[in-house]
Parts: sequence; C-alpha cells; structure tokens
Amino acid sequence: MAYIVPLLLAAVCVYGLVRRVDIFEAFVDGAREGMRTVVTIAPTLIGLLVAVGMLRSSGVLAAVSSLLTPVARAVGIPAELLPMGLLRPVSGSGATALLTGIYEDFGPDSFVGRCASVLSGSTETTFYAVTMYYSAAGIKKIRHTLLSGVLADMTAFVMCVVTVRLLMQ
Amino acid sequence: MMAVVFGVMVATSFVYALLCGSMQPLSEGVMTAAEDAVTLLIRLSGVLCMWSGFMEIARRSGLMQALSKALAPLLSRLFPRVDRHSDAFAYITMNVSANLLGLGNAATPLGLSAMRELRRMSDSDTATDEMVTFVIMNTASMQLLPTTVATLRHSYGSSSPFDIIVCVWISSAAALAVGLLSSRIIGRKGNGVHRSAAACGGMRLRAR
Repeated sequence: MAYIVPLLLAAVCVYGLVRRVDIFEAFVDGAREGMRTVVTIAPTLIGLLVAVGMLRSSGVLAAVSSLLTPVARAVGIPAELLPMGLLRPVSGSGATALLTGIYEDFGPDSFVGRCASVLSGSTETTFYAVTMYYSAAGIKKIRHTLLSGVLADMTAFVMCVVTVRLLMQ
Repeated sequence: MMAVVFGVMVATSFVYALLCGSMQPLSEGVMTAAEDAVTLLIRLSGVLCMWSGFMEIARRSGLMQALSKALAPLLSRLFPRVDRHSDAFAYITMNVSANLLGLGNAATPLGLSAMRELRRMSDSDTATDEMVTFVIMNTASMQLLPTTVATLRHSYGSSSPFDIIVCVWISSAAALAVGLLSSRIIGRKGNGVHRSAAACGGMRLRAR
C-alpha cells in the first residue's frame, strides 16, 4: 500500500518529462488552482462545520443516532452513518462536516470511520450535479434521472458497509 | 434547499439544548467548531494543492487525451446514438477521463459542454436517454484515487489513509452499475409513457 502514491507521483513526473512538459510550472499552476478551490469551499465548509458542530455539542446527533439504531440494526448498518447517508446527495460540504465528526468521535481507522470514508469516496452530490447539468442545457423535464441517481446513492450506502465488513475486518 | 438544511440544523440544536439543558456545551461548541473548521482547512490545503499540482502535470502530459482514446470504445456502447466523431462524444470522453483522474475543476466545464451538445441534438426541453445516462454518470463518483477522503483521513491520524481504495472502487462501480441499469429499465418504460403523453399533448393542441 505504501508504494501506490510515491510510485504514481514518480510515474507522472517521468511521463511528463518524457513528453517535454515543464512539470514544475504545471505543478505550481495546479497547486494554485487547488488553493483557489480551498478558498472557494472555505465559507461553505465553515458554515456547515459550525452547523454540524452545533448538532454534535447540543446532543442532537447522538439522539438521532440512538433513535435510528433499531432501524439501522435491522438493516445491518451503523446508526452513526445514517445522518451522513441522508445528507450526502444534498450537500457535499455538509456530508464532509459529518464525516469529520465521525473521525473525531470514532477515528478514521474504526469500522464506522472506514464505512463513512468509503461512502464519501464512492458518491457525489447527486442533487447538485443534476441541477447544474440540466439547467446548463436548458432541460426542464429530467424524467427518471433523479430516481436512478438516488438508487445509485442507496447502493453505495449499502455497499460501503458490505465491502468494509468483507474486505477490511 | 441549503437554507432549509442549515436553518433546521441550527434551530434544532438550540431547541434540543433548551429542552435537555445542554446550552453550555452548545455555546462552547459553536466557537470550537468555527475554530476547528479553519484549522481543518489549513491542514487540508497543503495536501490538496499537492494533488492538484501533480494532476495538472498529468493533464498537460496528455494523460487525459490518452485515457479518452482508451475509453472511446466502452463509451460508444453507452451512447450508441452519439456519433463517435462528434463534439458531443469528444466532450463526453474528456469529461469521464477528467473524472477518473479526479480533475473536478476540468470535468465540470467539459460536462456542461457535453450537455449543451446533446441538447443541440434534440428539439425539446425533455431529457434524452443520452442526457440521463450522462448525468447519472456524473452523479456517481468515478474517481480512481479518492484523494480528498484520504487527505481528510490523514489529517485525523489514519495509519494508512488509502487502505479503503478497493472498497471505494467496488462500491462506486456497484453504484454506477445500479444507476445506469435502473435508468435503462425505467427509461424503457418511461419512454412509452412519455410518447403517449406527447401524443395527448398533441391531441389537446388540436382540440383547441
């Protein structure tokens, strides 16, 4: 596992040199773009981290989790994952805020932490993408796009628990 | 949409704290959360810039074009009615390649161009099968390296931030498969309904 990232980075650089790309200039431009992304998401993320922080410190999140435990246990899903699963298709930053909450409470290498990581890595902000792409094309009737998108999200929600349980326990 | 989510989160916290007597931890929690948010952003920005830097090298070396070429046969099966030499098809393959490489900033404009090209091929404001397929692909995550999650895990002290990668691949592939498959099944049914609805609309127009 330790090989993947360094190998990939070295391969990208060597390939770039072979193709005669000014790789350092490319890196700097890319990093600048990355910094711009951080600055762009900062206000949204701060807002949602504050809102999730309020839910956590007031005890709402714990109460919701314990309320959902019977349902979650019946399906075999950790209850702490449900709020994140519900928020993920609507708000990417909101889900990230809940994800960091899970990392803080249980650790990133815990079972719940890993499930939440896989969920976050295998889904997108469905509602946002649907709205953005269709409004750009001037489409009003989107037929079954949202239904299929939500079905895909639900699959990822189940699969994140299944894969972590089967492959990482 | 976000206004409601945000409002509900904040208001519920206050009401719950009022009823359960957790106002003290709440009022401290707000401050801590805002403080921690900035700390997190600063910790994130280094690794995020590092990844976008290396990905930009990959993009300028033509890795996206190479990947697009490799993906063309597969994608022409998903979009049988889109001409392989059309602009629409070029934008679709580039969008998918950018998504696979995790170049979100590059993928979105390419995807929007693809949608506008697909729109030009249809004469109504109803989504075509190709548009539905394309948007579903963009609502599923296709990123080969889940760098953002790995970065977050790293900053929270994970011993091996990328160890979830196989699970992410399986899980996102399954989600994409269900999205596309369900769309094909519902779409076949929906097409009939849609056609008859159009026929009804036509009849109404004539009646008037």
